[in-house]
This record gives sequence, C-alpha cells and structure tokens, in this order.
Amino acid sequence: MKLFGHRLTIPAAIGLAIVAINVIAALGAPILAPFPEAEVVGDAWAEADATYWLGLDNLGRDIFSRLLYGARMSIGLSLLITMLSFALGIVMGFTAAIAKGWVDTLLSRGVDLMLAMPTLIFAFVVLSVLGTDIPVLIVTLAILDSVKVFRLARSLAVGISALEYVEVAKLRGERLPWIITREILPNAMAPLIAEFGLRFTFAFLFVAALSFLGLGIQPPAADWGSMVRDYREVIALDVPAPFYPAGAIALMTIGVNFVVDWMLSIHASSHGRRA
Amino acid sequence: MSRTLGDVILDVRNLRITAGKNVLVHDVSFQLRRGEVLGLIGESGAGKSTIGLAAMGYTRAGCGITGGSMVYDGTDIRSMDEAGRRNLRGTHIAYIAQSAAASFNPAHTILDQVCEIPFRESGLSREAVRARAISLFRELDLPDPEHFGDRFPHQVSGGQLQRAMAAMAMCARPDIVVFDEPTTALDVTTQVEVLASFRKLIREHNTSAIYITHDLAVVAQIADEIMVLRHGRMVEHGPATQILQNPQQDYTRRLVADRAEGHLDRPEAEARPLLELSHVTASYSGLFKVTNDVSLTIHRGDTLAVVGESGSGKSTLARVIMGLLPREQGDIVFDGTPLSTGLRQRTPDQLRRIQMIYQSPDVALNPNQTLYEIIGRPVSFYFGRKRDTRARVLELLRLMDLPESYIDRKPGALSGGQKQRVGIARALAAEPDLIICDEVTSALDQLVGEEILRLLKRLQDELGIAYLFITHDLGTVKRIANKVAVMLKGQMVAGGETRVVFAPPLHPYTDLLLSSVPEMRADWLDEVLLRGK
Repeated sequence: MKLFGHRLTIPAAIGLAIVAINVIAALGAPILAPFPEAEVVGDAWAEADATYWLGLDNLGRDIFSRLLYGARMSIGLSLLITMLSFALGIVMGFTAAIAKGWVDTLLSRGVDLMLAMPTLIFAFVVLSVLGTDIPVLIVTLAILDSVKVFRLARSLAVGISALEYVEVAKLRGERLPWIITREILPNAMAPLIAEFGLRFTFAFLFVAALSFLGLGIQPPAADWGSMVRDYREVIALDVPAPFYPAGAIALMTIGVNFVVDWMLSIHASSHGRRA
Repeated sequence: MSRTLGDVILDVRNLRITAGKNVLVHDVSFQLRRGEVLGLIGESGAGKSTIGLAAMGYTRAGCGITGGSMVYDGTDIRSMDEAGRRNLRGTHIAYIAQSAAASFNPAHTILDQVCEIPFRESGLSREAVRARAISLFRELDLPDPEHFGDRFPHQVSGGQLQRAMAAMAMCARPDIVVFDEPTTALDVTTQVEVLASFRKLIREHNTSAIYITHDLAVVAQIADEIMVLRHGRMVEHGPATQILQNPQQDYTRRLVADRAEGHLDRPEAEARPLLELSHVTASYSGLFKVTNDVSLTIHRGDTLAVVGESGSGKSTLARVIMGLLPREQGDIVFDGTPLSTGLRQRTPDQLRRIQMIYQSPDVALNPNQTLYEIIGRPVSFYFGRKRDTRARVLELLRLMDLPESYIDRKPGALSGGQKQRVGIARALAAEPDLIICDEVTSALDQLVGEEILRLLKRLQDELGIAYLFITHDLGTVKRIANKVAVMLKGQMVAGGETRVVFAPPLHPYTDLLLSSVPEMRADWLDEVLLRGK
C-alpha cells in the first residue's frame, strides 16, 4: 500500500490508524459522546454496561464521554502549543543563523540558559505565579518548547545558507525574506515536519504530566492527564477506570511516534537517492 | 617497459553485475597476469569501480554478481563462502580508495592501521610487521620513514596519506592491488610524486594491479594493458601503447583526441578594461593573507584563467571580486566605475553584470525549485515586467541545447552535465558582461566537461562575454584562455598573455605546474622523473 507515493510500512499504518481515530474522537466529541462531559449521570464507580460503555467515574460521570472530550482537550492543546513553539523557534532560529554575530550569540546563549533549567520545574514556577488559565498554559509551554525548535532550525539554516544556491541569491541582491522563504525554508521542511511530530508527542505528554500534577487543565473540563489523577486512587480497588485515560495517552504517543519514524525514513531515503 | 610477466593470477570471464533489474556490468572478461597492471578507464557510471570491487568478491549494497566467473589462483571467488572471501580481501587482494582521508581512522596512528591486517592475518610478530611497514614507507619515499607511522592521519598531507594507504594495502604482500582513482583528489604536482611511488612499488614487488581512473593520461603512465568501459560494457581492450596511439573504437578516439586541441587567440581588445584589479589584498578574519597584492585586467571577450594548486587563493580571489569577502586593500574597477568592497553597497546593476558559475551544480541549484524558477528569477528580478519571463527561460534553454519540456523539471531529474548547463543559463539570464567560472568542469566527466567548455566558448563568440576561469587543470587553460594568472600561496607569481606566460623563460612554479600535467604518452612519467633528477 502506498501513501503520498511512499510505501506504507506496517507500524506506519498502525500509527496512522491510531492518530486518525484519535483525531476523529477529538473533532467529533460533541456528536459522538453519549453524554455531556461534566454531567453526573449515575452512581460513582458504576460498572460498565450497555449504556455506560466504560462505566462511571468518581463523581458518576460517563468515562467514555469524558475520554472523547479529553482527546479534544489533550490533542487540541498540544497541537496549539506545538504550532506556536514552531512559529517562534523557526523565526528565531533562522534569524540567528542568517544574522550571525551578536544576534546569534544573544539568542543562542539565551536558549542555553533556558535549557539549563529543568523544564517541568520551570513550568511549575511560571504556572504557580501566573495561574493556570489555558492561554497562559499554551504560551508558557510553547516558549519552553520553542528553545528546542530553535536549535534545530538554527543548525538547519546554518547548513543550508552555506550552500551555493543561497550564495547565488545573495549575489543577485535578494532580500532576507525572499532568501528565507524561497531558498532556505523549502529545503528545511522535511526534518522540520518530522520534528513537529516528535515535539507534538512531548507537548502532549507534558500537558498530561502537568494535569496529573494539578497544574494543567482545571476541572470540570476533561483531559487525559487529569482523568488519570482523578481516578488513580481506585486502582487498588480493581476498578479499571485509570487505565483508560492512561492507555489513551500511551497509545496516542506510540501512534504519533510510528508516523514520525515513517516520515523520517522517507526523508533519509530521499536524501540517500540524491547523494 | 618490457618486463617479463608471470602466469595468470586472476581470470575474469563474462562478469555480469546487476542491481535489481538494471545491469551494471555486461559480460566483461579480462585476464591479469602476475606483475601486470590493467587500467580500467571510463566516465562515471561506466562500471569501473564496480568491476574493481567485484575482483575482491564484493559488491555494493543492492548489487549482485549474477553471471560469469572470477578465478583467482585456481579458485572461483564466486563459489567461496563469506569467510573465504574475507580471507581473500586485504591479504591476497587489497584495495586503495580515492579518499585516503575517509579511509583512515583519525583516532589511531598510521602505523597501527597499516599493520593491523598483516598482524592479524599473517601470524608474524608485531616487530616483523612494523619493520615491513617502515620499509614500505621508505620505498614510497615518505619523509622520515622510521617515525612517519607514529603520526595521526591529520598530521600528514593528502599525498602522503594516499601513499600511506598504499603501504597499508601492500603490507600484507597481496598478489593484486585494486587502485580506485587514487590520485583524483590530489593536486597535479602531488599526483606526479604519488604516481611515481605507486609504480615503483608495484614493479619492485611484482604485484599485479587493477588501476581505475577516468584520466587516460594518468593510466598511460602506469598500465600495461588498458580496458575502456562505457555504460558497463567493454569498448576496447588492448596494450596501453596501442590504445593510446592507435585506438580502434570511435569512443576511445574521442577520449584520446579531446586532450589534443590547439591554442586559442583572441583579437586585440578595446582600450578600457572591463575589470581591473590593482594590489588587491584580503584575508579571513585578519589572520593570514589568502590573497596578497593581486593585480590583473580583463577586457571584453577575454578569457582569463587563474591557475594554482588548491589553497593558492584562487577561489578567494573570486569571492573578493564578487564582494562576498571584503578586500582590505587595493581597488577593483569595473567598466570605469570602482566597485565597493562589500556586496550590500553595490547597485543591482553592478551585481547583475558579474555572474558566477560553480564547481558543483548539485549544491548550486536549489533542489526544490523548477528550472523555470531557477532561470526565471534573475530575469524577473533584474528586468521586471518588461520581459516575458517564460519566453526568456525557453530561449535560454534552447541556447543551452536543453529540451524546452525541462522547464518544469527540478534539478534532481537532470544529469550532472545538464545541471551545469542550467547553472550557465541562470548566469546568462542576468545578461552579464563577466562570468566567473569556479572549476566548472572538475566535477564532470571528461567528455561532458569538454561539451561545457565548447558551450562556453560558443557563448563567448556569440555574446562577447568575458570569463574569469578558475581552474587547476592546465590542459584546459592552454586551450581556452588568452590570458593567465598563476597563483601561489595567495600571490600572483606570473601573469599576462597565455602565449607569453606559458613560453620560455618560465617562472619556476609555472614550469612545475606545466610539467606536472600528465601527457598522453606512456613514457611521460619517466621523462619528468629524469628531468627532476
């Protein structure tokens, strides 16, 4: 089987299926979910049956419905964070690579400083001070993630801008925006897209971890990390509830990783052919 | 070079190598006798290296030997198991690669690497192997043979490392050595020394060799027999002297003839020079001067060749003229107006009138753009809406002898020679007065390079463009340039009309460069060595 002209491997097919199911769940949550996300519909920890497919949770809300709404929140949030971090990281990285000199030094050392601090602790401090509104969460995590994108974007741009076709553009008298958007960016796309997938899974896990620790998504909104936190105590009572959101997190991470691996292998082989 | 040759040591019959459905080598047969040197010659993709590796029972990933036999000393290499072949390689048949720098491990000393295989395979003591390696260093004329091996690969020059690699190959006393383009990456002056060392070594040890190269003049110095290959097929096979003096096949005749063109003279040019450099000096971050006090003039229709070994500052000079590297002293005057030192202070019109063509078309063309974008951008950038860009691009493609249908292709779908034509078309699209050509043919095969040179010459006749031609190939210079500047360590040691510079009395360095260009005669190397003494 082929997709976009490339042979689809079995892990890639599995990964794409997982991602597709999760995206459908996230987009269609209000239609697909049998119950609203925060409505109490029965007794706490009611067992699974034909109406409540995965049973009810600590407050008597439908776990299956919350899982679907949780997908919406977890995936949507991670996607926003990743997109923002890429926009920031690519602009800063390309600027540093092309401007060189003190601009590069300033940005690179600033990034080193950020990387020297443990991300989770840093996020802790910022979120405790500024509060845990969703916009604050998105911007904080995006800035934290953008330093890693910065390093990739900068090294890609340094490599590409040393190539002769970029020199030709400079000799022609082209301006910086043209050089960045027409000469450098198209040739940096493949590794950046692969990195996007990877960074998305990290953002996703990070949001889940923050929510689990109580600093991420706040109740009553559902998200997988806070669901694990809410349900964690009943694991000793043989209630399977915590495994559903935890499994969803694991599955989504593995699925995205399979897809990223596949994209990286396409990138590597197309480079091999060119050499 | 009459030497007694021994019995047949390697007998290759109807060798056929395939990669999937593609046949890389079709039914190639040859015999190699003890002490004999067989030269394999052809353009890239001719299957030379594939045959050389196959002689060791090895193929690259994805390829396979699918027909024929290779009998080494009574045994067919194809019928050996992997352990047998491993024993064969290195000890009985050794390999010398094009890039010695990539073949040595930078973390170990040269001696350790030279001794590794013989020590492991021959059962000799470490001391005995070391003594053997040191005597090889001496035979290869390496400096201070006793201690040469204690150095690390980065501490010796490229030519020395290439000879150390020969020592590594010879240390196990193999019967056959496969040389895969061993001098291609070296400067002409170094190439002579290395070639002489190789030949001496092979003769003294009576070793058989397969010598792979694309340069007929190089193989003429060392080979007893020459086999010409093209597209994986044998074109011609015979004694070296016969191939060189009396080639039977049309393709071989073209290979031999391409070196033998006459001088080129240009009519006397107008008074005002197009480009004039006076006492130009530049350096990288002020550390050491890479271009020191260079003065030269180019008139319309001139071809000025800048020659010298690698590291002599040729390419730096081009960067200074283009404004990529700001000069520290001196003046550059272009068509009557002084050019500012840096790129940014120059007007678009000044930028337009000097264009550049690069050595490697692979990195000079953006792989993500179509030919329309690549060639059309200078048209729309400099001439704006006044011109029909697409019509102009099609016109340029026709001028380059490229099919018009290529306009929407990307560079990846083109051959090396075609890509270089696109690079020329892009330069011409700006309608320049001067084109700087930086080693434009050295990444191309001999015949493809010749076509590019002919194309440049035709364009000059039609459009009156001046060329500044940076090259290390003096054969090219003699044919295409009416002026020449010889660079040595950043300084211009000789310059002026080609006829004058290349005629006696010669500057000693010009003499060295000229005498280092291999000529298509079997006794050329002997003459050079004799003169050296």
